[in-house]
Amino acid sequence: MRRQSDDAITWQLLVTIITRWCLVLLVVPAWADEGIFDQYRDLMGDDNPAIFVIDEGEEFWYQSQGARGATLEACDLGLGAGVTRGAYAQLPRYFADTDRVMDIETRLMYCMETLQGRDRAVIATKPYSVRGDFGTELEALVTWLAAESEGATIAPEQVHPKERAMYALGEEIFFYRAGPHDFSCATCHEQSNKRIRLQQLPNLTDHTEATDAYGSWPAYRMSEGLVRTMGWRLQDCFRQQRWPELTFGSEVGVALQTYMAVNAAGGIMTAPGLKR
Amino acid sequence: MAGRIKIRAQKKGELIEVKALMRHPMETGMRKDQAGEPIPAHFITEVAVLHGDQAVMQAHWGAAVSANPFLGVRFQGGEAGDVVRVVWTDNQGGTGEGETTIR
Repeated sequence: MRRQSDDAITWQLLVTIITRWCLVLLVVPAWADEGIFDQYRDLMGDDNPAIFVIDEGEEFWYQSQGARGATLEACDLGLGAGVTRGAYAQLPRYFADTDRVMDIETRLMYCMETLQGRDRAVIATKPYSVRGDFGTELEALVTWLAAESEGATIAPEQVHPKERAMYALGEEIFFYRAGPHDFSCATCHEQSNKRIRLQQLPNLTDHTEATDAYGSWPAYRMSEGLVRTMGWRLQDCFRQQRWPELTFGSEVGVALQTYMAVNAAGGIMTAPGLKR
Repeated sequence: MAGRIKIRAQKKGELIEVKALMRHPMETGMRKDQAGEPIPAHFITEVAVLHGDQAVMQAHWGAAVSANPFLGVRFQGGEAGDVVRVVWTDNQGGTGEGETTIR
């Protein structure tokens, strides 16, 4: 009898403790880590390690390379040859010279190929760095070009039929469920105020949240010690969904970036960001 | 591209506030690359903040400090226009240096 009542008391205590903890867990705000990272960002001020990568990207732009020994200065990113300021913010867009809709990375590849005479296959082998690296040329270039659009209004064109088709394709892929987990992009990114563990998930169908997300990439990721691009982010999303690897420079990547950019249109570019 | 330092020094009341961001991989030597080969240790071992020729801070760092370390220091006795330098040495004999004037 005595033992039983002791047990009962222990159980009661345990239940109380568990209930209290559940309450505590409920009270913790959903964006607990965002608060901490906001503090961290305040402490860092404008000291984002991405600044080094921005400098490197600018150096790469003016560096003679490839079979033709040319720089990228004549590269047309959509606003005319050599215009870099604000160019990132109006991508992806249709380019008449290739008859394709291109994002920043595919356009840079095109310029490296045509202007510098470099082998596309070589660059595509390793477009993004692995942990422990100091970042690739492509990442540096994209980071610098994004910095050239800091404060610019996100304004991807939706005039040409191929641009509209690209958005439609992006939307279709966004909601397309596939893979062993039957995941779509929308599984994680079509509702607001959701998180995975403590990581906030942006609702990319919402204009404000799409702006915050799309406009803050490329970003320095503290956990990786590297600047990562939107293209890399998409590849990682595919990995997390257990989808087949997203081929670098593929139409799927351009389509999803078009979908996000158009949803974010009218918002302000804040990249390079500083992230977890 | 190790060796770069972004540095700022600002006079706030009696104190000079120095902020420096260093570009360094800070490899611990305990990690392996994708091929499974160990990545050699490569980290800053000594850092100093110099006000003119005088060291106002010296530190021994190790592998526990993050990649691209950020350093904040406050010291007394500086004036606007003085030169402040941050220098480091790493375990592979590499060095880095950054310089600014107090504003």
